[in-house]
Order: sequence, then C-alpha cells, then structure tokens
Amino acid sequence: MADEPLVLGIETSCDETGIGLVRGHTLLMDAVASSVDEHTRFGGVVPEIASRAHLEAMTPTVERALAGAGARLADVDAIAVTAGPGLAGTLLVGAAAAKAYAFALGVPLYGVHHLAAHVAVDQVEHGALPQPCVALLVSGGHSSLLLVPDVATEVVPLGATVDDAAGEAFDKIARVLGLPFPGGPPVDRAAREGDTQAIFFPRGKYDDGTLDFSFAGLKTAVARWVEARERAGESVPVADVAASFQEAVADVLTKKAIEACRRHGVPDLLIGGGVAANSRLRAMAEERCEAAGIRPRVPRPKLCTDNGAMVAALGAELVARGVEPSRLDLPADSALPVTTVSV
Amino acid sequence: MLLLAFDTATPAITAALHDGSAPLASRTVVDQRRHAELLVPSIDAVLREAGASRRDLTDVAVGVGPGPFTGLRVGLVTARSLGHALGVAVHGLCTLDVLAWEYFGAGPFLAVTDARRREVYWASYRDRGTRLAGPAVALPHSVEDRGLPAVGYGAALYPDAFPDARPPQYPSAEALAGLAVARLRDGVPTGPPEPLYLRRPDARLPGPRKHVTPA
Ligand SMILES: [Zn+2]
Repeated sequence: MADEPLVLGIETSCDETGIGLVRGHTLLMDAVASSVDEHTRFGGVVPEIASRAHLEAMTPTVERALAGAGARLADVDAIAVTAGPGLAGTLLVGAAAAKAYAFALGVPLYGVHHLAAHVAVDQVEHGALPQPCVALLVSGGHSSLLLVPDVATEVVPLGATVDDAAGEAFDKIARVLGLPFPGGPPVDRAAREGDTQAIFFPRGKYDDGTLDFSFAGLKTAVARWVEARERAGESVPVADVAASFQEAVADVLTKKAIEACRRHGVPDLLIGGGVAANSRLRAMAEERCEAAGIRPRVPRPKLCTDNGAMVAALGAELVARGVEPSRLDLPADSALPVTTVSV
Repeated sequence: MLLLAFDTATPAITAALHDGSAPLASRTVVDQRRHAELLVPSIDAVLREAGASRRDLTDVAVGVGPGPFTGLRVGLVTARSLGHALGVAVHGLCTLDVLAWEYFGAGPFLAVTDARRREVYWASYRDRGTRLAGPAVALPHSVEDRGLPAVGYGAALYPDAFPDARPPQYPSAEALAGLAVARLRDGVPTGPPEPLYLRRPDARLPGPRKHVTPA
C-alpha cells in the first residue's frame, strides 16, 4: 500500500474548502473548512463570501490535512481538483491553488468532475466500485442519476432535476417551517418526531417514464399547505410536515434510482451528495434495494457531503489507471458536462 | 536572491523574475477572463526563459490589489500556495503602488484602476515611491485632485474625470519585482499577501418569508 501514490484532493465548488489525502483506496485524512455559518443569515450561499473564505482557508486546511495524515507536502505524488461544475468564483480559487501546488511540487495535476468524485469516494469506504453501477447524487447543487461504466473514464447521465435540486427544496421547506439554513439536517431532525403519512405531498414526474426529477411543485405544495394552516389560525405541525415532505423526496428519489438499475440491468446502486446524509432516504433506499435485489452502497454521511477526499479518491483512480494528467492552463468550468470525468 | 513577482488585480496577467540586481525575464498578457488559466503557465515561462528552477526561488511578491475580486484572488491563492509548497517568503504589495513605481515624471500624481460598476480604485503619490492618500474606491468624478497626472487604465477609461491620463495602463510584474527588491533592500516592510477588497461582498439579508399563495 505504501508504494501507491499519495494524492491530495482540493474541492471548492461551493462553500466547503475540502482537502483530502488518499493513497489507493485508503483515506488518510479529510479536512474541511466550511463557511456555512457566514451564509446562514442570508438563507443561502453567497458566492463572494464563499470565495473569500476559500482564499483564507486554503493553506491552513492543506496544513491540517497533512498534519492529520502525518505527511509532508514533499510526500504528495499528485494533485486533484474539482474543475466543475460549481460556483465560478469558488472553483477558481481551488483551481489556482491546485495549479500552484502541482507546479511547485513538480507533480501531475488532475482537474476532475465534481459528480464523478462523489461516485469515486465510495472506494475509500467500500473498496473497488462494481462497474457498471448506477449513482444517485443529490445535494443542494445537483440531483442526478448516472450510469457509471467506469468512474475513471466514462459516466453517462440518465436523468437529472428539471428545476430545483433536492437540497434546495430542503432549504426552502426549512425556511417555511422556521428552521435554519442549510435545511437538510434540521428538517431531518424535526421529521424524527413526525408521521410520514400525515400529509400526502405530490411527487413530481413520479410516473412520467423518465429518470428525471422535479422538486419545484413539491416545494410549492408544502408552502401552500403551511400557509393555509397559518391563515386559518391553526398551529403548524412542524414534525408531520417535515416527515411527510421528506417521505415524498425519498419516495421519488429511490423509485427512480431503482428503476434506473432495473432498466440497465445493474445490481449496484451508489448514493451520494449532501442529501444522501438524510436518514429517511438512507432507510428507504436500503428497504427498497433489498426488495429489488439491488446492493446499495452509501458512504458515511461525512463522505456524502462535499469534501476533498472525494476529489483525491477520483485522482487516485486516475493515477492508478494511467489517465493523462491535465495541463497547467486547465480552465474551471461552472457548467462542466458530467460526461467529462477529467479535463 | 531570486524573486518571483506577479499581479492579477487588473486585466493584465503579469509575471517576472528578479535576481536582486536586475530583472531576468518577464511576461504580460492582457486577458480579463483567463487569470486562473494563464498565471502558472506565465510563471513557468519566465522561469524557463531565465534558465532557473522553481526550487531556486527565495521570495514571492504578489500584487494585493485593490482589484476585481476573482482575478485578485487567483494571484493571492497562487502566491500563498507557492510560498507554502516551496517554503519561501511571500510579500504583498499594493497594485496601485506598482503602477506608481513606473511613473518617472514629477509628482504629485495619481494611480487609478478600473473598479467596475462605474467606479475606480485610486491612490495619490508624492513621488513614485511615496503614497500620499488611498487606496480607496470612488466614482471617477469624486476622486480628490483628479486633475493631476494619472497613470493606470482607470484614468484612460474616464478621460472626462482624468484629463491628464498617462502611461502605463497596467501594472507590470517587472515593476512589482523592482519595488519589492527596493523595499526589501531598504528595510521597508512589505505587507502580507492579504487582498485589498475595499468593498463588502454583495449580499442581501432575506426579507420576511415570501408566500406562494396570494394574500
Ligand atoms: Zn456535491
């Protein structure tokens, strides 16, 4: 193991400065500095605040990752960085840092796709990925179903949200219910005390035969329901609303994910992204996978949210597979297509 | 001494190498949108041109703005990361001071760059090495003493406000290196590689919750 290359991964596509160190399939350290507290009062990520925070966090977080892994910069054999998609301004901070480290250390640089990295991170948790596998990736920034014949070279989009990302719906519902931003964790907590069947909220595109998602209608339906109660002067059953909303999201996500596996004859389903930390989604995915004879793979919550380990994990795979490194003039692309695993 | 200097706080991406007595190589490209793409290749090019290795570097000097934020950050995060990886000192110098350093006329004069949104970043100087006021951000017509000779693209951009615009329009890393070397030699402290944003981030606090059903 010690002779496998040590890869340092840099992730700055949103508000987390993530630095990970991976050797082969072994995660040595995952250090994350988040600017989320600075965004809370704005009810959403403010790109300029996030970009400023990335600049301040970059070197200290790299130091923290190295210290945690007991490594020195001179031990690093390759640098990997999220080249897109994401916020244009925050991606550039990571890309510029990655180029400087790669250049200064004289090691290869790999610019990678954020979603492919969400898939690859599972290798540091559960070992080599079964290939092909289907990946359901859901967060505040993305909601996608992918067919992954080979995480190092080939990712095929199967479906995506046609409006909001699932995580955005969580943020909006949290706001409607008077819960803090980001909405995922507080909605999940509130839902624990609630009845998942209390209210039936609509499932967008449930039976439309596609593998796409829609969460805008659900978002509005929940807001309407809450407003009607408020107007009638009745108290809002926060736990029941949270639980019923979460049920609708988990229902449509797992239904379409299993449908994707069935259609493509793939028995392995990987779930990642921040929403994959949701307890109801995890439980329902497990139940339905078992019933359908599908093997679910869900990394631990800390590896589902954005982090540097995922970027390092994909970088390690690219190195191991002899994929050509990126050039030092690689552009960051806020709309990088998912078919581009590395640039 | 082998000092690497660069600045990305204006549309110019400029990099230079200086050995403490003379500049060895320099390269400037003006391309508003490609700071992050072009900076490290430019650094690589000046090192090659001088026949030097990155491992020979002893100092890094970077322009800390003021300037449009995205480009500015590319320079700063590059400087900090290089300094970290190579274990060398990183010096931060005001980008307007760099522009001023290339002005050899009689003072006082101004250095003015484009702050976008119809504003400029400016500072005033007694001579090329002595700042009198600024840096600050302002509407072109409200800059103090705007009738003085003014270097920098910000002055050329608003000829009504700055009737005596002079070259250079963009800072050069050669001047940045020269200024850094002069300050280090004279024991004048250089600053840390901290950005001069001079503006708060655009961010609005959310109002009361918007309702989806009409009242
Ligand atoms: Zn993500």
